[in-house]
Amino acid sequence: MGMAAAEWKFHVLAVDDSLVDRKLIERLLQKSSCQVTTVDSGYKALEFLGLRQGIESNDPTALSTSPQEVEVNLIITDYCMPGMTGYDLLKKLKESSVFKNIPVVIMSSENVPARISRCLEEGAEEFFLKPVRLADLNKLKPHMMRTKLKNQKLEEIENGTEAVEPEIKGSEDMGIKILPLQSELEPKQVHLQVVKQEEETLSNNKRKSMEEGLSTDRPLPRLEGGIATAV
Amino acid sequence: MNTVVAQLQRQFQDYLVSLYQQGFLDNQFTELRKLQDEGTPDFVAEVVSLFFDDCSKLINSMSRSLERPENVDFKQVDSGVHQLKGSSSSVGARRVKNVCISFKECCDVQNREGCLRCLQQVDYEYKMLKTKLQDLFNLEQQIVQAGGAIPQVNIN
Repeated sequence: MGMAAAEWKFHVLAVDDSLVDRKLIERLLQKSSCQVTTVDSGYKALEFLGLRQGIESNDPTALSTSPQEVEVNLIITDYCMPGMTGYDLLKKLKESSVFKNIPVVIMSSENVPARISRCLEEGAEEFFLKPVRLADLNKLKPHMMRTKLKNQKLEEIENGTEAVEPEIKGSEDMGIKILPLQSELEPKQVHLQVVKQEEETLSNNKRKSMEEGLSTDRPLPRLEGGIATAV
Repeated sequence: MNTVVAQLQRQFQDYLVSLYQQGFLDNQFTELRKLQDEGTPDFVAEVVSLFFDDCSKLINSMSRSLERPENVDFKQVDSGVHQLKGSSSSVGARRVKNVCISFKECCDVQNREGCLRCLQQVDYEYKMLKTKLQDLFNLEQQIVQAGGAIPQVNIN
């Protein structure tokens, strides 16, 4: 049951040099049913993702010896940080062939239009003004749903099962292939339609469109004995 | 027993409302309270505690930077004010945040005297808020101990 829970939880990496803000964003994300890891700098974020060597060289294949063990589904970062700013981090991530598809959200206490457009142009999904609120994080839910559905659908196709319940995958071991009944397909199609409508609404907002295709070949995330880990 | 709880709850509500009315707190504090639940009953207390630690630390370092008139590190002071403004904004500490706005202005024009005044004021404000919130948390504790629930308070 624990494994199934891990599959469904969205894992967010939050980056902020302020301890107060880290605590706040962690709670906000937990309240939004996300698994959270917090770090206090862009460097630590890259380290966590396994891009340690990538700071010096621009070679995305130069990963550190301990590759990323936990899948990260979204990165939310403060803009103003000493050393590496949130913008610098964003650029590094978008330059990486491995991580460029992870959605990135920028937060800032200052409302500077030029800053906002620069971040969006560089590929940030959203720009939140601080203090960030629960309502802001709800904007991320459509992203999460779409990604989750896509990953789930792709996994089911790979496993040869079209069932909605994850537990049914166990029947693979028995060599039983569960074919979709017509009645089972319909609800899912409706669900996908709803997501599509949400997507269309979203595209009206001032945002860059997200690249399709998050990797689905990742192993199941390993939980490290707690919901949130502060690095 | 019921009336004791009701009395305490009333007291809590009135006190909290007064803190908003007197400008100590703003909407962001309401947002913080929303994030607290049965699973995380100490969330608000923990966050504000971190905030007060921040205040103390930043005020000390800014004080050192402003100490010698012939050698003021305004960059450091500006950085401190920025951080303080950010965290006060994050917890809803309205008065502290407002002092930071004036503080930043003094810093921008390198007005040491003005900075010192703001520093003193920000020190006063955070300590005042700390006392007020301690009283609030004590009321909360009394309610819980008397077997009551913390009231949801709607601030307009």
